[in-house]
Amino acid sequence: MDGFSGLLHGFGVALTWYHVMLMVIGVLLGILVGVLPGLGAPNGVSLLLPLTFTMDPVSAIILLTSMYWGALFGGSTTSILFNIPGEPSSVATTFDGYPMAQNGRATEALSFAFLSAGFGAIVGVLLITALSGWVTQFALKFSSPEFFGVYFLAFASFVGLSGAPPLKAAVSIALGFSLAAVGMDSVSGSLRLTFGYDVLLAGISFLVAVIGLFGIGELILTIEDGLKLDGIRAKITPRDVLRTAAQMPKHWATLLRSSIVGCWMGITPGGPTAASFMSYGLAKRFSAYRANFGKGEPDGVIAPETADHSAGTSAMLPMMALGLPGSATAAVMLGGLMIWGLNPGPMLFVERPDFVWGLIASMYLGNVVAVVLVLATVPLFASILRIPFAIIGPLIVVVCFIGAYTIAGRPFDLWLALAFGILGYVFKKLDYPIAPLILAMVIGDKAEDAFRQSMIMSKGSLSIFWSNPLVTSLMLLGLVLLFWPLLGALRQRLRAARS
Amino acid sequence: MARKFGMALGFLAAGMAGAAAQGWQPTKPIEFVVTSSPGGGTDNFTRMIQSIILKYKLIDQPIVVSNKGGGSGAEGYLVSKTSAGDPYKVIFGTNNAYLLPYVAKLGYKFSDLTPVAALALDEFLLWVKADAPYKTAKDYVEAVKAKPETYKMGGSQSKDTDQTLTSILSTATGAKFIYVPFQGGGAVGTQLAGGHINSHTNNPNESIGQWKAGQVRPLCVFSPTRLPAGPKVTETQGWADIPTCKESGIPVERFQMPRTVWLPAGTPAGAVQFYEGILKKVSETPEWQEYITRTVQTGQFLSGDSLKAFVANDDKLSREVFEREGWIVK
Repeated sequence: MDGFSGLLHGFGVALTWYHVMLMVIGVLLGILVGVLPGLGAPNGVSLLLPLTFTMDPVSAIILLTSMYWGALFGGSTTSILFNIPGEPSSVATTFDGYPMAQNGRATEALSFAFLSAGFGAIVGVLLITALSGWVTQFALKFSSPEFFGVYFLAFASFVGLSGAPPLKAAVSIALGFSLAAVGMDSVSGSLRLTFGYDVLLAGISFLVAVIGLFGIGELILTIEDGLKLDGIRAKITPRDVLRTAAQMPKHWATLLRSSIVGCWMGITPGGPTAASFMSYGLAKRFSAYRANFGKGEPDGVIAPETADHSAGTSAMLPMMALGLPGSATAAVMLGGLMIWGLNPGPMLFVERPDFVWGLIASMYLGNVVAVVLVLATVPLFASILRIPFAIIGPLIVVVCFIGAYTIAGRPFDLWLALAFGILGYVFKKLDYPIAPLILAMVIGDKAEDAFRQSMIMSKGSLSIFWSNPLVTSLMLLGLVLLFWPLLGALRQRLRAARS
Repeated sequence: MARKFGMALGFLAAGMAGAAAQGWQPTKPIEFVVTSSPGGGTDNFTRMIQSIILKYKLIDQPIVVSNKGGGSGAEGYLVSKTSAGDPYKVIFGTNNAYLLPYVAKLGYKFSDLTPVAALALDEFLLWVKADAPYKTAKDYVEAVKAKPETYKMGGSQSKDTDQTLTSILSTATGAKFIYVPFQGGGAVGTQLAGGHINSHTNNPNESIGQWKAGQVRPLCVFSPTRLPAGPKVTETQGWADIPTCKESGIPVERFQMPRTVWLPAGTPAGAVQFYEGILKKVSETPEWQEYITRTVQTGQFLSGDSLKAFVANDDKLSREVFEREGWIVK
């Protein structure tokens, strides 16, 4: 079945009252888990998964993916209004979204976020529709060296962007790497950094870290600032949305670049988090208003949001075609696919076109539903601010701890979340960047596995990272990004010397 | 007569109920501990059993399934130690229950577990890329022998079943591979389809999709007999058309992974019998047969002495490999 007729068939499957209802429920649940710090999309989806076992696979995946879109939108809402990213992938949105909100441009920031997210998502789905045949071939070219190349690229682009002093960023990354190394090492099959404590056997979940660093750390800071929640009030009127929408075309370059970054990171398993950071870094580098970044620049909201959503949507393709999840949430859904009795792989497109195209069509519809719903419900979520902090603060603590507990049902994680909360507070006080730590925790051990697998394959020769055009270009691009600040400094010095 | 017969039946039923009532019965919710993450083979195994128990109402109490897959499953087996003697924690796993403590220093010992039953044996096959020149397993092994330590054998995890089998294969034939560990069977399959490794030993269920798609092809199965005939997987071949490794001239007769159920040590014998009975009933349902056929495993119910004998044998075989490879931690 080719793309277009497949898609029409898919709309036939997805456009039933039952499925549209599932989308609405999914999106609303998603916004809820996205808004609650620490209860992110991977968690929400895994909590909902058992309910889908008795459902038809098409309905089940529509419910779960809609929840994912909702969570992505919800995550950006709290990033902008509360400076608390509901999702790790919306961390980058706080950099400019929150300052915009502080400057009284909350509505604008939210509208920009939602509209560019919607744009990114549609680009992601269009890409899936167009490329489903071709990408299955391309993605098969990825082996351990290429995976390492992708992760290296993510780290390198991150180091280039980090406005923090390089040494502080390096400390943060190193800490993230060591936290990611705790537990069973899959390459050697032995335990590392557990110090004989059985609770550390399963490693430290980055979700617990995120809950602690952002949720609780933020609360400690707020308490210090005088017991008021620094949230910003937002009311979204259709007129504001239209006015913002009219401005969107002006940002076409950022939208386009971020969509490309997002799709690339979604199809190669870099994931939405890495994509949003990378896209933010690139937007900053290419922007004419570079100095405004971090102070409330619309491009600083548009870039991570577009990339986040295009990565989130396009990650569905390698998940279905290869069983390769491009994001943590896709990994959970992959588990669902197998429980529903479907075998992910290229043959899924041939054997279950109703499932594949039903999902793709539902992604178009689901994202439209999500944009509409999120625009309609944001005032509701923002009204949380009218509640005094003395009530909402403890509630957030409770939600954070429930979130930390539901990840694995381990009481130990509660202590970990608290420890991370204190760490987050210390980091902020001493002006250490938190984001590099999270990035290293999320993809640190994968990068390490990929590196060591490559070393086993090449019997210890580093030349494997220059062994084919694909991995060579990935590594070169990474090196260029890594040394970009140095190159910039060098160029300036040359210019100064010349004049 | 008919009435008498009915009465006899009634008595019999009452008698059976009486006998059951004398034995151990659960009086509060039961936790099924899965020693893998959601979506893994052990997870599917557990949830299948849970859904059959629910469907036939074999247990009156609610069942909660929890995934504790950290540390290759050690997190789940640890429950046996932290909940010693608790008959409400049923642990589902594979042979790593007794093999893990050899290769990593963990918080539990095999003696912390009480064996309940094994319900299935998962098979291992030798797979190569579809367009590889080797017609038989023998051809492939000869090619590997000609160029030692250049052919890459992929597998999931380290010092686990795949690497153990690779070691057994090497010792039996003299073919030396480079073993590359990946995160799971799915990733290993994709690596072979992409031609980044030369072979792997995935379970049938892990590679059926790629075999159908004509990306990979099985050379032989590490089982004493051929797999049961079923519907054809590709245009021309089904599972029963794959020769056993022994027929193909590879002196490895059998390598199978049992799917096992455990209780913490110190649980009352009545509880062990109770779960044994339930699982026996599960293994006799058509749903269970359908699961076994769909995932191409070998259905075999082991409990009591037969299970002990199987475990002792499997343990001995694997320990020899671990000792030879120097994997055992002191």
